[in-house]
Amino acid sequence: MEMAVFAVFGLLALASSLAVVAHKSPIYSTLNLVLTLFSVAVLFVLLGAPFIATLQLLIYAGAILVLFLFVIMLLNVGRDEGVPAGHRAQLAAALVGALVFAGMLWLLLRPALGTGPPPPPLGERLVSLSGLAQELFDEYLLPFEIVGLLLLVAVIGATVIARRPTPEELAAAAGAVPAAPAAPATAATPATPEVAAAAAAAGAATWPGEAAPSWAAWAPEAAGAAGGARPAAFRGGSAAKRGDGGGGGEAGATGAAGTGAPPPGATEPEERR
Amino acid sequence: VNAGAAVPVSWYLLLAVALFAIGTVGALTRRNGISIFLSIEVMLNAANLALVAYSRQLDQRTGQILVFFVLAVAAAEAAVGLALFIAVFRQRRTIDVNRLNLMRH
Repeated sequence: MEMAVFAVFGLLALASSLAVVAHKSPIYSTLNLVLTLFSVAVLFVLLGAPFIATLQLLIYAGAILVLFLFVIMLLNVGRDEGVPAGHRAQLAAALVGALVFAGMLWLLLRPALGTGPPPPPLGERLVSLSGLAQELFDEYLLPFEIVGLLLLVAVIGATVIARRPTPEELAAAAGAVPAAPAAPATAATPATPEVAAAAAAAGAATWPGEAAPSWAAWAPEAAGAAGGARPAAFRGGSAAKRGDGGGGGEAGATGAAGTGAPPPGATEPEERR
Repeated sequence: VNAGAAVPVSWYLLLAVALFAIGTVGALTRRNGISIFLSIEVMLNAANLALVAYSRQLDQRTGQILVFFVLAVAAAEAAVGLALFIAVFRQRRTIDVNRLNLMRH
């Protein structure tokens, strides 16, 4: 019985993990990974770790892979062509390397199993949840607390990394430079192009690289989602980074308002409106 | 152990090695960042299987507790990694790792 279950779910794990690796579409890879995780969870139960199997299903299949699916859909990841045509050698090298590595791993792991007697039949000691909890909260209490801290840091870090800059921050980034030359600009009206260029430079300096076109693509969606003053400020910020003349004036206005010192005779917005 | 009923623990180890090798091939050959990530999850799971197998062989719970921690760390890793992919995608409009070659130039 045990042998049959091992054979079925071991082969299922192998086949589905091959599908994870080989399938071109990330969505199907993720769904195959769910199957792999389920099969390995069944093997955990066979090995006398029902609690770990439950955790695997709840955390991995239930939470992490849903996160993967969400990100795949959010980014609209296309099909992966796998190894490019000119790089078949890469696939061959990876296969050979993985085989050699697996052989070495096996040579390393096998002796560690020892030649001692086969394991005792599954008993209360290995399977019981209360025993596991006792050991976890007794001997491994400090690592447990540290893991809680790690998860907190991960949540905060993920939020900070993935979040979109707020319109206020964009306006501040675009308005930081125009706010200073705003006074000369009121005195000398022909300085307007320089102000717009400075706003563009500020945007480019703050969000380097190819950020500007990507923000231009994200901006309409945000403008549609948010209401009130947010879309205006957001549009101004993103347009200023594109170096757009019309948006530059708007960004200058919002930036100056953000600093709390709006130049009274800011001629530039007047012209645009 | 009466033959035919119980599975030798070494078979679980062999399966773990095979899963790890499959994950390695995926992580080395895929170009899509998320596919690479999924391959790494397969490798993590193979390591978990080996740990639980040792726990069974030695009749000790330490392996299971280690797997518990590995699960927590994998959750943190997935959260931060996917956030990084979102940030990279916003900047570059792609997560094809062959095109993320800024440090090559």
